[in-house]
Amino acid sequence: MKSFIYEKADTPEAAVRDIATDGARFIAGGTNLLDLMKLQVETPAKLVDISRLDLATIDDAEDGGLLIGAMVPNSDLAADPRVIANYEVLSRALLAGASGQLRNKASTGGNLLQRTRCYYFYDLASRCNKRSPGSGCDAIGGINRILAVLGTSEHCIATHPSDMAVAMRALDATIVTLKADGDRRRIPIHDFYRLPGDTPHIETVLERGELITHIALPKPPSGRQSYRKVRDRASYAFALVSVAGIIGMESGRIANASLAFGGLGPMPWRDPAVEAALIGQAPTIDAFAAAADALVADAKGHGSNDFKLPLARRTLIAVLRDLTGA
Amino acid sequence: MHFTINGRAYEADVDIRTSILDLCREHLGLTGAKKGCDHGQCGACTVLIDGRRVNSCLTLAVMHQDDEITTIEGLGQIGDPHPLQEAFVRHDGYQCGYCTPGQICSAVGMLDEVAKGWPSHVSEDLAAPLLDDGEISERMSGNLCRCAAYPNIVDAIREVAQAEPEGRTADEKDAAMIGEVLA
Amino acid sequence: MFGLGTTNSLTMDKPHPSSLLDTGVQGAISRPFDRVDGPKKVSGAATYAAEYEFDNLAYGFLVSARIGAGKVVSIDADAVRSLPGVIDVVWDFKRFIRVAGQGGETKAPTQGVQEIAFSGEIIAIVVAESYEAARDAALQLPVTYEAGQGVFDLAVNRDEAYTPPDLVTPGHFAQGDVDKAMAEAPVSIDVTYTTPSQNSAAMEPHASTAVWEEDGSLTLYGAYQMPTSDASQLAKSLGLSAKKVRIVSRYIGGGFGSKLGIAPESVAAAIAAKQVGRPVKAVMARQQVFEATVRRSNTEQRLRLAANADGRLAAIGQESYVSNQPGEDYFEPVGIGTHMLYAGENRLISHLQIPVNYVLSGSMRAPGEAVGMIGLECAMDELAERLGMDPVALRKLNDASIDPEKGVPFSSRSLTAALDEGARRFGWKERPVARRDGEWLVGMGMASAVRGNMLMESSAKVEIHPDGSATVSSAMTDIGTGSYTILAQIASEILGIPVARITLELGDTNAPPAAGSGGSWGAGSSGSAVYLACEMLKDKLAKAMDVEADALTLKDGMAIGANRSVSIGELAGEGLEATGHIKPGKQEKETTQASFGAHFAEVGVNMVTGEIRVRRMLGVFAAGRVLNAKTARSQCLGGMTFGIGAALTEELYHDTRNGKLVNHDLAEYHVPVNADVPQLEVHFLQERDIHANPIHAKGIGELGISGAAAAVANAVYNATGVRVREFPITLDKLLAGLPDMK
Repeated sequence: MKSFIYEKADTPEAAVRDIATDGARFIAGGTNLLDLMKLQVETPAKLVDISRLDLATIDDAEDGGLLIGAMVPNSDLAADPRVIANYEVLSRALLAGASGQLRNKASTGGNLLQRTRCYYFYDLASRCNKRSPGSGCDAIGGINRILAVLGTSEHCIATHPSDMAVAMRALDATIVTLKADGDRRRIPIHDFYRLPGDTPHIETVLERGELITHIALPKPPSGRQSYRKVRDRASYAFALVSVAGIIGMESGRIANASLAFGGLGPMPWRDPAVEAALIGQAPTIDAFAAAADALVADAKGHGSNDFKLPLARRTLIAVLRDLTGA
Repeated sequence: MHFTINGRAYEADVDIRTSILDLCREHLGLTGAKKGCDHGQCGACTVLIDGRRVNSCLTLAVMHQDDEITTIEGLGQIGDPHPLQEAFVRHDGYQCGYCTPGQICSAVGMLDEVAKGWPSHVSEDLAAPLLDDGEISERMSGNLCRCAAYPNIVDAIREVAQAEPEGRTADEKDAAMIGEVLA
Repeated sequence: MFGLGTTNSLTMDKPHPSSLLDTGVQGAISRPFDRVDGPKKVSGAATYAAEYEFDNLAYGFLVSARIGAGKVVSIDADAVRSLPGVIDVVWDFKRFIRVAGQGGETKAPTQGVQEIAFSGEIIAIVVAESYEAARDAALQLPVTYEAGQGVFDLAVNRDEAYTPPDLVTPGHFAQGDVDKAMAEAPVSIDVTYTTPSQNSAAMEPHASTAVWEEDGSLTLYGAYQMPTSDASQLAKSLGLSAKKVRIVSRYIGGGFGSKLGIAPESVAAAIAAKQVGRPVKAVMARQQVFEATVRRSNTEQRLRLAANADGRLAAIGQESYVSNQPGEDYFEPVGIGTHMLYAGENRLISHLQIPVNYVLSGSMRAPGEAVGMIGLECAMDELAERLGMDPVALRKLNDASIDPEKGVPFSSRSLTAALDEGARRFGWKERPVARRDGEWLVGMGMASAVRGNMLMESSAKVEIHPDGSATVSSAMTDIGTGSYTILAQIASEILGIPVARITLELGDTNAPPAAGSGGSWGAGSSGSAVYLACEMLKDKLAKAMDVEADALTLKDGMAIGANRSVSIGELAGEGLEATGHIKPGKQEKETTQASFGAHFAEVGVNMVTGEIRVRRMLGVFAAGRVLNAKTARSQCLGGMTFGIGAALTEELYHDTRNGKLVNHDLAEYHVPVNADVPQLEVHFLQERDIHANPIHAKGIGELGISGAAAAVANAVYNATGVRVREFPITLDKLLAGLPDMK
């Protein structure tokens, strides 16, 4: 870990003011940032401590949704009675992630910004365009069991490791921010993440010094919700494939469908074609298979992660079966 | 920097980069919390901050100067142990002992989470989780034990968690084992 | 007979039919005593290698090579010396050890770190005032390399494979004609199994604190399983006489073989401490433990089994490829258990070593059996199916009455009893052909367990103090095995002194030498040394009491004989002491010694995803006298869980472009977590082994892993009909064989 200047912010406004120096980073839970700093994958010159900002409450929003403070710990969010009752997919996704200790520390805002778990990103002796732009990608042609099959580029095949963000994507969450100039903006999660392209080191649309203050959930969706995570051990492992699903039925047909995926892409993945294949259909295995085919239509394995294609297909079909009672 | 650990105030002049784990182990003589991975991947460093279990290796000391930190040394000591410390001894909930302080701190925090009604990944009903063996195992999965005392750890925690243990108590289990091994 | 001498030596040339542990009346032996070191461990008061305090302590952080083969051209120490807190950058291309020492070796491990033989080799150490400063500088240290040619892909060097020199097991063994038997047999199996490189992943990273004393001697507080031989390795590495090195390893946070020999941090800490003139503490980062200590070799095993129509084995072949660094003798002894598990006239058990530029391969829990029994016991499952026989029945039919190769008797062997008892307790008869539980396919599998028993030269001193308490001291260690507790129980049983009044001083080479913890020999070897010391002390007490030793009863601190009852403390006068010394002898040739057992597992396999969950698992074991029912059971729980990991989750990934271990941490090297392990069941069979040692106990720490992975794998097959021969059985390997979902 390289040394850094430490400042503690008392207000969001002070935080975005404090961050306005080169190489400054916010720190909240720190569970991912410190992990990376120890390895010098991240080398911020300054840390602005935002963990004590008054952003740790979950409030009812006027539109019937929830406004979640960015500093709400993952544990508290998962256990909130309103989340359990109305956004079960979110609670389930949070509980599927990490460990009890990490969830106690990790913040809602920070969880959205987790860096990839790609082995080569973590290893300074390897080439990685995300860590060191232009250096190359050792994951391509290397060990890529845990890496992405969708949305990749020739420069990067990293996955986004978050479970929570997958549920947030299915729930159409909105990220509320405060910019360095004092402006606030609301970014639909749909627009929040960026594909790697030839700039895999840029992962979101956040501007320098922009602070996530809240995550807004719209009013509860209709239908049933679930989060299914497939991993290499029973607990405390990142997703190989995960599916966040929300399905509403009307008159025996699928009325609304929202499906997001973890472990497959560089961002929590969502594909309108998957949902289009379902909406208006009766819950039949043919409809599910069509949706699953749509999901993997453009997917590309890189050797040791080829299995994610059949695995994603099968997991999605099973989730749809469960959610529709078919 | 100033800290409150196990109810005692400490002053320490430490590097800004110091984790709570290294603060305790290298500067304050509190070596109960262990370093197994230094990256939040094993749980051996688990301590309680304001009653919540966290990985102290991924926690900067400078960020927790106003908090109440509890390490294994603060839960109980030789001669005056915490019920979970006693239960771990009775049920052989360890072998090499290196992950043990983390396991016990984690169990204390975990039982508090259960008391608050927090669900887990394996809770069928998120609103009303029940603490069975599967729940204990899932909730304790952030604490690796390579010696694999897991079944005994579950036994120890179950015994402390339940006023009337469902499974066999340590003494009953001992009696059965004596029957098995004594000629 | 012991007169004035203070050492009671025994060489196991003859059986030892009687044992003072059977005639003792203290009631300490075998009982499930809580660990005597338990209160310290649960309160954080047990002191591990990195937890000793010294004035003026400096922190060392190791520097890892970032290429896979080649050499170090230069190290730009000046670039980091000016960083705040940095004291020095230390390297010694000649003396730094390139690889860890192998268990029991007394010579130095391979030295010389200018040449890079594998990715992650330790080349230097940065010493600083704080851990934070040392870590920062070590990661920033500019090193110039000259890349060289390495072999990073086993396939490339397959033709270079050679038969390694005999080790604990022959490199090559042949009896009869396996080819002919295979050709003639009505039923045969010819299959290839592979297992990956694995890491012991003990929870405590390797750590050493080096302190140079004024007389020029070195004290190293290290996390080492075998301090006596480790001190010799360290002395040789540093060019010191063995007398000048003391190793202290009072508590060790797990070893599983990875701490048998010294690791690079020990020599680096010692050289750095000398150079900066201060005690230096060097703790390996977890990634360095993976990259620069030892791995269990990957294996490729061709199994050939030929059987008569009734299931009797006519031939057993296990031909294995293993790997290690060029020039290293150690080979993974895959076939070690196969030599003695089943009868069968024609036998071929061989090993070919492939040289490769990966981290050293060495011992990990049950070297040989842990992986060799995967191949053998899965192949037996395949054979049983082909024969249409029950897998338990097939194994019982082929149980060997004498050693099938040496023709000598087994010292004790309870394989059939373990199979029967396990089958009964587990409900094996109800094994379904295929069962479903919702989305889960459920199956049952089993496997035999065998682990060779070893006796190693060891000694221990026991003192009885005037207050009636006692102290046991030895360079033996307790790595979580329970040595502290069982040695106290042995002394207690013989001396009649309550366990609570016995102090154990282990893990210090200032005490009498011992073989340490490894190969499951610790209890039998050090237990016997304590036994012998206590036997002598009992004679001394008898003499003081003026009675024959066998007319003396010792219990609860009192000596009773000749109608008198005297406190042991009083009899001890100003104190008594004796040293026990055990050595292996002819018994290990005249009998084949091993512990045996059987594993039974029930798994669920998710029909959608291929995820596997172990639902139930039982191990039945026979390992001579069980010295402490509680700690022995825990040893088996640990072994069985290692088996679950080997079966389902554990694999080191080597990047074949540079040999790099890409999953070098505990997030991506998947050891089982609590949720992976059900409430395992362990049952011990009554057994005494009079050929093994005077305490009649055999090793138990590695028996639990032998066959465990195979039982799980066979259950997966039973559940799914998919036979995965490439371990671990991760879900991707099952997907194609699971029911279609459309």
